[in-house]
Amino acid sequence: MPTTVAERLSAAGTANALDLRGVTRMFGALAALVDITLSVRPGERRAVLGSNGAGKTTLFNCITGDFPPTSGIIRFFGEDVTSFPPHERIRRGLRRTYQISALFTGLAVIDNVYLACRGVSRGRFSLIRPRRDDGLMQSALDLVDAVHLTDVKDRLVSELSYGQQRQLEVALALAGAPRFILFDEPAAGLSPTERRELVEILTSLPKHIGYIIIEHDMDVALRVVESVTMMHNGRIFKEGRPEEIESDPEVQELYLGGAHGGGHG
Amino acid sequence: MAVIDARDTIEPRPVATQPLSVLGRVHPAAWLLAVFLLFLPAFASNFVLTQLFGWAMILGMVALSLMFLAGYGGMVSLVQLTVAACAGYMVAIFGTSAVDAISLKWAWWVAVPIAIVIAVIFGTISGALSVRTEGIYTIMITLAIASGFYYFTLQNYTIFNGFSGFNAVNAPVVFGVNWRDPIPFYYLCLFWAAASFLAVVYVSRSPFGLALQGTRDNARRMEALGFNVTAHRIAAYAFASLIAAIAGVLLVWQQIQISPGTAGVGPVVDILVIAVVGGIGRPIGPFIGAFIYVVLRTFAVDVLEGLGLDGKRFQLLIGLGFLVIVLFSPDGVLGLWSRFKDRVLNSNSLRPGGGSA
Repeated sequence: MPTTVAERLSAAGTANALDLRGVTRMFGALAALVDITLSVRPGERRAVLGSNGAGKTTLFNCITGDFPPTSGIIRFFGEDVTSFPPHERIRRGLRRTYQISALFTGLAVIDNVYLACRGVSRGRFSLIRPRRDDGLMQSALDLVDAVHLTDVKDRLVSELSYGQQRQLEVALALAGAPRFILFDEPAAGLSPTERRELVEILTSLPKHIGYIIIEHDMDVALRVVESVTMMHNGRIFKEGRPEEIESDPEVQELYLGGAHGGGHG
Repeated sequence: MAVIDARDTIEPRPVATQPLSVLGRVHPAAWLLAVFLLFLPAFASNFVLTQLFGWAMILGMVALSLMFLAGYGGMVSLVQLTVAACAGYMVAIFGTSAVDAISLKWAWWVAVPIAIVIAVIFGTISGALSVRTEGIYTIMITLAIASGFYYFTLQNYTIFNGFSGFNAVNAPVVFGVNWRDPIPFYYLCLFWAAASFLAVVYVSRSPFGLALQGTRDNARRMEALGFNVTAHRIAAYAFASLIAAIAGVLLVWQQIQISPGTAGVGPVVDILVIAVVGGIGRPIGPFIGAFIYVVLRTFAVDVLEGLGLDGKRFQLLIGLGFLVIVLFSPDGVLGLWSRFKDRVLNSNSLRPGGGSA
């Protein structure tokens, strides 16, 4: 396991952004993930598709460490992070958003983003209030601007509309210097205009930042990725380029077909 | 800025367009209160200075340390008065008291810092034991530590002198001033109460304080932003314990004695009552609660006896008051006040925007 900075850097030069080897996650007797092996290159953008209960969000929870995998190995830029707590993975450049917004409702919008910036830098325990020209406060303001929330930056999060909360959710994942981001249904519940803005934000991310996106809306998902992984019943079922997946008869049968109309949560 | 959340925890930053947002700056009422408190010794009796205001400010500080943990951190700790009592005992043990066999009679400037450091360590360890639990379990663990401390001090005679504890624990004479004389003692309490209050207000907007509020709102997301939530919560206990420890030193000087009953289970729960009655969402709440509590404890006996009832029933009055507050205003007296203010303002003028219910 690389421990020094030099080792980590040299590993980062050659390694995949994300390497999963035989990752399995059990909930009691239920296998939510079965022997997942997956590699994502640095800067690669990938969609994970699959019906409800396919294990997509569980996959994210294993990668971030919210739930540790029952067995298997997870490497992040070459470093074995399988036993790391979530905050240690985040400090190494991993980020995520949540399917159901996980925000700090008792704090103002700007404070939410400021916390996200502070979480991946020094001074997390500082008792000194940030000054107006504080560097992190500036980056927080820039991020708020990037997701079009400047007008409401001093409002409490509990006062925001649903769409604004989803935008804030994305902003929290962009704080600091992300190297790889996991987006969990960022477009869920957004209006068509808000979806267009989201696609714009995703496509305008710097090229070195890779991501995995879980998204049911094909218009969003297939426009912002270069590769697709299909999941079914906790297993990887198919991998390929968006066009291949879209035209694959098996995939259409399983996922894009009629059985899907019931709505998703 | 209508009340949206029952846990009306922090004042949002001042926004120029919102007429009510002066709370972030200094309210005229705060200036009035400051002037009143500063000049109180000019016309108040010694009894009012030490037994009413002095005591209320000390209990207010202990309750403030609970408010910091519960209001900002979502952790209801019943160990805060025990931390204060720990500091009080250490002052008696390292400093002077009538118990010559135990007290080491060290100078106050050695005994007091040692007492505070030991109490902060005790409070931090208690925090470390309880931060991995949530809600009712936090209350249970901290209550267990508090009763453990009570029974230990009751039964240990070599260090804590058992049931009788320590008496004649006198405040020092510094710069020719006896700090237990009513007026110096009043100003001593006022200084430390104001300092703790301002420190909590200031820290609530620092990275540490904001992060603590983040762990209250969503601990899992805080982990996903790179924060070590457990370490943050333990640090919050350390900060709160410092306030409680200073209050404990003042408490032992105010009472001139300390015994196991100082932090028995009853008084420990009273601190929770004080914080909840005053309002656990804002730092001023615990002081309001403490003042109400002290006034009730002091005068309820006379009022009850005046009405021909048993004076020992004052606890009943406190209990009833607590019940009424919790039933009608989960955010305490402060919540009653802000709702009243909103109602008056709403009837005067329809305020534009922002008022989603």
